[in-house]
Amino acid sequence: MKILLISEQREGKWNKTSFETLTAAQKIAQQTSGALSGVVIGKGVASLASELAKYQLEQIFLVEHDLLEHYTPDGFTIALKQLVEAEKPDLILFPHTYQVRDFAPKLAASLGKGMIGDCVDYHHENNQLVFVRQMFQGRTVADVVFEGSGPWIATFQAGAFRADQVAQRQGGDAPVKNFTVNLQADQIRTKPLELFREAKQAVDLTQAARLVSIGRGIKAPENIAIAEKLAKALDAEIAASRPICDEGWLPMERQIGSSGQTVAPKLYLALGISGAIQHVVGMKGSRTIVAINKDQNAPIFEVADYGVVGDLFEIVPALTEELEKSKTG
Amino acid sequence: MKIGVCVKQVPAKDAPLSIATPAHWIRESDIGFETNEPDAFALEEALRLKEKHGGEVVAISMGPERVKQTIKEALAKGADRGIHVVDDKFYELDPLGSARSIAAAIQNEKFDLLLTGLQSDDQGFGQTGVLLAEILGLPHATIIMQIELLDGQRMKLKRELEAGWFQWVELPVPAVLSIQSGINKPRYATLKGIMAAKKREITSVQRASLNVPPALTQKVQKIYVPSRTKKTEFITGSPKEIAAKLVEKLKHEARVL
Repeated sequence: MKILLISEQREGKWNKTSFETLTAAQKIAQQTSGALSGVVIGKGVASLASELAKYQLEQIFLVEHDLLEHYTPDGFTIALKQLVEAEKPDLILFPHTYQVRDFAPKLAASLGKGMIGDCVDYHHENNQLVFVRQMFQGRTVADVVFEGSGPWIATFQAGAFRADQVAQRQGGDAPVKNFTVNLQADQIRTKPLELFREAKQAVDLTQAARLVSIGRGIKAPENIAIAEKLAKALDAEIAASRPICDEGWLPMERQIGSSGQTVAPKLYLALGISGAIQHVVGMKGSRTIVAINKDQNAPIFEVADYGVVGDLFEIVPALTEELEKSKTG
Repeated sequence: MKIGVCVKQVPAKDAPLSIATPAHWIRESDIGFETNEPDAFALEEALRLKEKHGGEVVAISMGPERVKQTIKEALAKGADRGIHVVDDKFYELDPLGSARSIAAAIQNEKFDLLLTGLQSDDQGFGQTGVLLAEILGLPHATIIMQIELLDGQRMKLKRELEAGWFQWVELPVPAVLSIQSGINKPRYATLKGIMAAKKREITSVQRASLNVPPALTQKVQKIYVPSRTKKTEFITGSPKEIAAKLVEKLKHEARVL
């Protein structure tokens, strides 16, 4: 089996989930006796290709072009389609990043093929690769297999595999091969403009030892005060899942999850957070997770060390009181 | 401006899910359904564009008879008409098959803009918008936080990237946009809107009549409830008892206080 791992960089900096997917790709290559090649795409990214060549890969394809300096779905799709048609891989793996979501389905469709996206795991059984992805916001998972001939495209969710388990290459660096693409400016319909950050981050939640995080279960902005009291008693920062920040009840910089911050505090207390995957990827590395939720089937309990099924409006004030008591006592 | 917006109907957020036999989908019989929340943001954006620039908003949904309710809700909020792609077993389709079906049903509409939500809360493919663009030969952009029409021909769009970064991009019209959740505050239907919606037309198209290639690129072998990766210790009792036990555990067992 011929496997391509498509790495991701922006302005010469790795998207680190590339190495998580590299770990998965190496394992799949080993189990299927496959040949794994890496791909670096952009402009002026030869140094990244040399860096990738230190890992267990047969070879690196360096796909460079002036029109690939800034990401566009048209540019990246056309370039990678040419590489795929030349190399004829059976399986193409991507990290499931925002950028990959933006063009990998297009690449698949342009090849007349399918993509299994946002996988959290895979199995290799009876000579078949089975990809595992979540459905119904993580309340169920599905085993999914490709049908028909390749190339098949799959993407792995951030955190699904560990970047620190990636295998280094033995016996010198992998050869880096330049792949020349044929790309014209008029094929690219998107005009990418400037990148920017919205606001200076006033709080750095990644540095907080303890976080009290609120979700939809808090119901109304006036109820946030009870979570803030608990945070004060715990000497914690307040954080939230996306819906709370979307509503404007807390500023965006307090948001935990795939579109917000990724945190790993000593203590993460999730109040009324159901635990959609987009949230869980941002906090599952926390050392101790406590979840309080009225729904005993909420997926947040999948990652919790301590769970309380009940009404947070009764439990949180009691918890605050107990903490204050234990401080003075 | 003629705007199509894809709205999906999904199981209600608090619906208790049980897995059907064979385990390819859930049991639909005893649960409620609602409009996929991310699609509500796309619909709202479509309605606002129409209010600002004039034109028409068409709500498109695929699925069994029940999804008409989701189209009706879109009409009650202000969409002008609906297209229902009828298929009782739409859940057996892969992302490409779904997108090809919707594309076939709407290709003669020649929308200036086609909007989708970010992803569905049931299957969660997150691919439909991008696939529709490729199939219809249109440019696209995803995770859109702001839409500015520069003239009739071009748009300036604010895209959300990861970790707090954003990017402006320019795109020609017609195009397909996937809207980020939180871009706006979706409106509620008014009584007047609900009454007006009754007169608005929903065109039904049988998916089977669209001649979409039946071959699948992927297939769900089975769906199941995930096994726990962590052992959760559940703490029970009155709120006061729970608080005391939890503080004790956080102090002496987890040692995080």
